[in-house]
Amino acid sequence: MAKYKIVHYINQFFGGIGGEEKADFEPEVREEKIGPGLALAQGLGEDYDIVATVICGDNYFGENLDKATDIIVDMVKKYEPDVFVAGPAFNAGRYGVACGTICKAVEERLGIPVLTGMYEENPGADMFKKDIITVQTGNSAATLRKSLPKIVNLVKKMATGEEILGPSIEGYLERGIRVNYFAEERGATRGMDMLIKKMAGEPFETDLPMPKFDRVPPAEPIKDIKHAKLAVVTSGGIVPQGNPDHIESSNATKFGFYTLEGMEKMSADDYMTIHGGYDRQFVLQDPNLVVPLDVLRKLEKEGEFGELLNYFGTTTGTGTATGSAAKFGDEIGKRFIEEKVDGVLLVST
Amino acid sequence: MKLELGKIEIKDIQFADRTYIENHVLYVNKEEVEALVLEDDKLLECHLDIARPGESTRITPVKDVIEPRVKVSGGGEIFPGVLGKVTPPVGEGRTHALDGCCVVTVGRIVGFQEGVIDMSGVAADYCPFSKTVNLCVVIEPQEGLETHVYEKAGRMAGLKVAAYLGEAGREVEPDTLEVYETKPIFEQAAQYPDLPKVGYVHMLQSQGLLHDTYYYGVDAKQFVPTIMYPTEIMDGAIVSGNCVAPCDKVTTYHHLHNPVIDECYKRHGKEINFMGVILTNENVFLADKERHSDMVAKLAEWMGLDGVLITEEGYGNPDTDLMMNCRKVERKGTKVVLITDEFPGKDGKSQSLADTCDEATALASCGQGNMTLQFPAMDKVIGMQDYIESQIGGWAGCINEDGSFEAEIQIIIASTIANGFNKLAARGY
Repeated sequence: MAKYKIVHYINQFFGGIGGEEKADFEPEVREEKIGPGLALAQGLGEDYDIVATVICGDNYFGENLDKATDIIVDMVKKYEPDVFVAGPAFNAGRYGVACGTICKAVEERLGIPVLTGMYEENPGADMFKKDIITVQTGNSAATLRKSLPKIVNLVKKMATGEEILGPSIEGYLERGIRVNYFAEERGATRGMDMLIKKMAGEPFETDLPMPKFDRVPPAEPIKDIKHAKLAVVTSGGIVPQGNPDHIESSNATKFGFYTLEGMEKMSADDYMTIHGGYDRQFVLQDPNLVVPLDVLRKLEKEGEFGELLNYFGTTTGTGTATGSAAKFGDEIGKRFIEEKVDGVLLVST
Repeated sequence: MKLELGKIEIKDIQFADRTYIENHVLYVNKEEVEALVLEDDKLLECHLDIARPGESTRITPVKDVIEPRVKVSGGGEIFPGVLGKVTPPVGEGRTHALDGCCVVTVGRIVGFQEGVIDMSGVAADYCPFSKTVNLCVVIEPQEGLETHVYEKAGRMAGLKVAAYLGEAGREVEPDTLEVYETKPIFEQAAQYPDLPKVGYVHMLQSQGLLHDTYYYGVDAKQFVPTIMYPTEIMDGAIVSGNCVAPCDKVTTYHHLHNPVIDECYKRHGKEINFMGVILTNENVFLADKERHSDMVAKLAEWMGLDGVLITEEGYGNPDTDLMMNCRKVERKGTKVVLITDEFPGKDGKSQSLADTCDEATALASCGQGNMTLQFPAMDKVIGMQDYIESQIGGWAGCINEDGSFEAEIQIIIASTIANGFNKLAARGY
């Protein structure tokens, strides 16, 4: 009997149901190997068994994203596979997005290692290569034979828990995950080698291609500041004394909301900062330097703006991953929309 | 300016009734050192301990690490303007270094920025000071001492002990003698007219109190970019007074042993013509950043440089200075390579730097600091583990009762130091 169980996901076309006219085919599970699954099973050998194949139409998946995902995750769960494989989708866009979506859901909800394959220009590749191992394939099914050994090798490694090496070695699309290693030479030597090549006009390879940053356009000015509801958010690490939510002093993984209700200013007896990136001494003495409640209350009383939201959002900005920061921003923003906040004073340090 | 650097190999440190060097062993009069430290009335207590490579020993919270050196000839004193006399300037003549041993200052945290040195175990692979014999100066400040005063007392204690130990090497015949020379600009340019002229832009941490660096005693945030002979740094012209994240703290040891300057001299006369060092800072005000990056570019142009290496200290805010320097120097026609470390989050998926520019086409990575490690319990702790959870790289609940803990490698002193001292690097997966 095979040691490891695989569940395979394919679309209506590779499932032999039909072409575009069958793209609304609803998810169905079959306990057999189908289409590319046959070649995959052969490559994997007798220790591995594709116990089930899930087939779903690309349009059905795209139009019923949540429902389709739920149904398919349930189907996969029943078989308790060791590895879940979707596709490969080659350059089929909707199929690629479906493969990425379902792989991500299976991994997150069932904790099963997942793998898919795509052509690098498949829109699904850009959306999901960061989250899941996506084997680089050609742009059509005719190239399956070339990418199959890479898929087989990775499925085996995932099943047995063997270490998955870098993208150029294993043949998957770079996920953009930065991983440490000990180089042959110190950084100064590698930097000098690079400089000598750069000055000579010779090709060189940077260790870090510059990332593309999300740029957020500034919001429109507030039209009626006299009646606007304002809120304060800070990355300066202001928390109640004792840091009840244990926000980290660097690379924060969480943020907190804390009350301003009934307060005329921030008291050093009640608030402190846990930020690890600036000289805290002055802020420990006077937290209003970062959450300027004293001034805001005065302006509020003078009618310079409508009202101040009765709590503030806070985290530590130093060393905090941009991924975490974006997540905090989304959550804080959603909450403030519910609170009908018109403007936010964002205090950095 | 020409400096002979004599290295006296130190294989061990032992306490004795006087301080001297014999057969590669540094003997230290404990009482004398403790009395020296306690001359400062800000400090209540001081005790010394020795940590050797391979021992089951953890040192924390570490403030600074310093190699003992002494000026033998050529004028000037070690750590000029801070400990030694400010004039004459240093960088000429002969200096002796006690190679292989360090002074490590330890004590209750000033901020959150002090770090960990493990003398063995998995974390030792990431720390240069796991491989040196360390004389740990554990200090206890007076009750209620203001943090800036405490920081200075700790900083001065370390420098004083290092200079005191360095004196023991004054009359000792060094095991190796290295000669470094940089000539005045026109002579230097003429010496190797066919080689590309290379400079080093050394960015000093200067974000404010507890994030400062001193050049001949001047707080780096108060100067404008200037030119330095590379040999000056080997005599302690630059000392660390900062407490940035432990992983990329440029300790005073690392100023004495600047790897870029070392690399430039290694290639000097062969592949490059090393012209000198441009010192600049990392101030927090935008006007300072703009003005000083303009001046760095101007100096690079004025020196006729074909290429520069740029290093930073710290991460986040100084990334903006790094990119401004890169962009402006490149626009003057000088090729730039950046050396720095990365902070892409625990999962490694976020952007590594806080700022970028199109001109930053060449970057040597010093690794990423967010990777986590399991730090084993140690038989001995020099200092205290009370602060591990709040030190940079730790988090609430990261420490276990037996003293083992999990933390990001940014808690380790100099693990991802952004000047290329280590072999650690990061790559895309």
